[in-house]
Amino acid sequence: MTEATVKKKLVYSYFPGCSLEGTNEAYDVSTRNAARVLGVELRELEDWNCCGATAYVAVNEKKSFVLSARNLALAEKAGLDLVTVCSGCYLALYKANKYIGRNPKLRAEVRNALRAGGLDFAGNVRVRHFLEVVVNDVGEDAVKRHVVRPLQGLRVVCYHGCQIGRPFGDIDDPEKPNLMDRLLSWLGAEPLDFPMSSKCCGGLMMTTHPEVGMKLTGAVLKCACRRKADAIITACPLCQVNLESRQEEICRLVGCDCGIPVMYFTQAMGTALGLGSKELSLGDSLTPVEEVLSAKGVLS
Amino acid sequence: MVKITIDGRKIDAREGQTVLQAAKEAGIDIPTLCHHESLDPYGACRFCTVEVKSRGKTKLVTSCTLPVAEGQEIRTRSEKVKKTRKILAELMLARCPNSTVIRDLARKVGVNRSRFRRPPEDLATITDQEGCILCGMCVRICDDVMQVGAIGFEGRGVRRKVTNPFREPSDTCLVCGACSSVCPTRAIEHSRIRPQKPEVIPFEFEEGMSGRKPIYMEFAQAVPKVPVIDEDTCMHFRTGGCKVCEDNCSAEAIDHEMEEKIEEIEVGTIIVATGFKLYEAEKLSRYGYKAYPDVYTSLEFERLCHASGPTMGKIQTRAGKKPEAVAILHCIGSRDENHLEYCSRVCCMYSLKFAHLVREKTGAEVYNFYIDIRSPGKGYEEFYKRLLKEGVHFIRGKGTEVTDVWETEEEKGKLVVISEDTLLGVRRRVPVDMVILSLGLRPQDDADQVSHLFSIGCAQGGFFLEKHPKLAPVDTPSDGIYIAGACQGPKDIPDTVAQGAAAAASALSLMDKGKVVLEPVRAKIDEEKCCGCKLCVANCPYQAIDYNEEKKVSMVHPELCKGCGTCAAGCPSGAATQENFEDVQIFAEIEGALAE
Repeated sequence: MTEATVKKKLVYSYFPGCSLEGTNEAYDVSTRNAARVLGVELRELEDWNCCGATAYVAVNEKKSFVLSARNLALAEKAGLDLVTVCSGCYLALYKANKYIGRNPKLRAEVRNALRAGGLDFAGNVRVRHFLEVVVNDVGEDAVKRHVVRPLQGLRVVCYHGCQIGRPFGDIDDPEKPNLMDRLLSWLGAEPLDFPMSSKCCGGLMMTTHPEVGMKLTGAVLKCACRRKADAIITACPLCQVNLESRQEEICRLVGCDCGIPVMYFTQAMGTALGLGSKELSLGDSLTPVEEVLSAKGVLS
Repeated sequence: MVKITIDGRKIDAREGQTVLQAAKEAGIDIPTLCHHESLDPYGACRFCTVEVKSRGKTKLVTSCTLPVAEGQEIRTRSEKVKKTRKILAELMLARCPNSTVIRDLARKVGVNRSRFRRPPEDLATITDQEGCILCGMCVRICDDVMQVGAIGFEGRGVRRKVTNPFREPSDTCLVCGACSSVCPTRAIEHSRIRPQKPEVIPFEFEEGMSGRKPIYMEFAQAVPKVPVIDEDTCMHFRTGGCKVCEDNCSAEAIDHEMEEKIEEIEVGTIIVATGFKLYEAEKLSRYGYKAYPDVYTSLEFERLCHASGPTMGKIQTRAGKKPEAVAILHCIGSRDENHLEYCSRVCCMYSLKFAHLVREKTGAEVYNFYIDIRSPGKGYEEFYKRLLKEGVHFIRGKGTEVTDVWETEEEKGKLVVISEDTLLGVRRRVPVDMVILSLGLRPQDDADQVSHLFSIGCAQGGFFLEKHPKLAPVDTPSDGIYIAGACQGPKDIPDTVAQGAAAAASALSLMDKGKVVLEPVRAKIDEEKCCGCKLCVANCPYQAIDYNEEKKVSMVHPELCKGCGTCAAGCPSGAATQENFEDVQIFAEIEGALAE
């Protein structure tokens, strides 16, 4: 038997989430295409609903857990690990799964609510972030084997954001995450030391208290700029939006003039895997992503 | 003994010695370039040439290859010898006109320029072409002594040179550095043999801040005070060769065939003093340990301050700069629910000591980030007061982060410590050159196994439990086993010494008495009833019960029994009971108590 036949098949339930259907469509497109090249099958979860969202839990904990649990119940029925690329969805689902599993009283209430919709949840599902799936399940050897256009000479800073490591720290160091750094080095890029990697991007403050949010985003941009990075790599739709959408204004505020491209890790990975601009929706970007990749001669 | 004369001096040489060795022992200097204790005499550089007179004739011979013989007359400074050395120096100078070693040597014998022409082509491949005199020591030590054979000679005559096979980077070279260490003209360039930097073996005692050799003294006060050989890095254990240390040891005390052995010693009492471990700074990534070279653990900084440490006590950054500002972060890992919950007790005082030393030695600004200063102890509070007067800064607030992301010009190129100042009610950013993490103390990794071995319990975070915190602070539930020092809980040196002395005194008093007072309540096993199931043997926490193979019953050692009753409770046949504490007695007591 060859290694390929022994190896378990990489099939997962896929949960896109709301932002990937709207502002962050490029993340969805690049994820699906990159996964295809890597031989990872992402089956979109049928009839999925809101992940439960990170903010809703503060308003009504039980309802937010039930919202999450419906997705978990659907995934359990499908019998596959539930994979998402949105860090917000990841945390909401992961947290709900963990709390429901730990708390029998909550579990009983959630199951009761789910029964109204003809569903049940026994707690046998794993929630995963696609980044961690690529690093751990696909692995270094397979990723390197699929690379056709190494990102040679591309200096990147990997911005993990807060939700991959915190609060649980189960898949990466909560304060100094390095999943993306490892992945990007496999792709041939040069990940730079980036102390802001898990610092706040400004989050929703950008809409409610822009003066606070912009300062926080500014600190991230300024550090990337000082490290002379060619691009910032993200793994979260909210980080991406905050870093790119008002970049010029923020840079003026913190006194730096970088115009730094910001891209999803799936876009960087897709480029290295030989996918083109269209398959990765690079044109949707508000920052000069295509330009920097072309300038480095890595874009197909 | 062989009687010879060197420069008119009568010398007693040993049979089998060379003239060079005999002269050296007698303190007569014969210049040489290619002599080494571990290499056979070879006569390559010919610089040790001397004039020998025997049977009326004189001739010039290299002293390194000349065995001593009765009645030999040697002259090391005759005109003839001097002239020969001059010519040799000129020849070497022609080959290596830019080598400082050769030029110095030539100048010493009175040669400033050479009359010979320099050979035309590139002289060397792996050696620095300015310095190689083709003595072959590198090739010979690599092949004969290290038994690696990574380098050799190629070509003949003026085209001879030292090189790798096929002039390709070697993959047999182990980067041991023997070739460069024996090279008399320092001409070897390692990277040309194998493009790999020689690895420095980190010296464990210096927390890896300096290197050591494969044979080394573990630390200055090591007991017994003898060097040890590290089998993993010693060339002898890698290739079977080397043994250069054996050649150098005049006492012939080194034996590479020695093997590790376990000795069994019978003793009456045991004092467990296995110490502590420093909490791992890597577990607190926000403080940038390892990410920033100038973030130190407290143990590293202790070595840095020490007069016998890697910098001879000079406090400097890794780049060798004198610091202008130093931050000391208290309670790192301690008093933290995610790490060690308890106070490690010694950190405040050692942090204050560091602050004092930094102030005294460098005059740098010192910032202590603390939750509260805990200085109970004789003279401790006074020391804290003294530091306040010395101008050490105390910021009440735990350091939250160390970063090199600067915000102001003043912070550029510095490490910035971020903390809350709870006295001022502000958030502070303090730029410094060095950061010391005052890490907490934790039990040894194998504390659990040790506690099982000696049947002593563990308390608070895994430290060994004493029998009674006030009345029996060095005793354990197992008689004859005592504990002392930080294995029982974090404590400073005075407390450790006091506890050590107490444990020693307790052990002595037990041994001195020569008898053991038994507990009035202890187990006994009725041999008639015992079915030999051995359940009690396994149940006994004090290993006080043994199975008697002859009688096929379990038997109690009364001197070990503590009367805990575990055996009696677990005995299926009712054979094990507690003397003076039997069921009949207890029931009678209950009846008495309930009589009214």
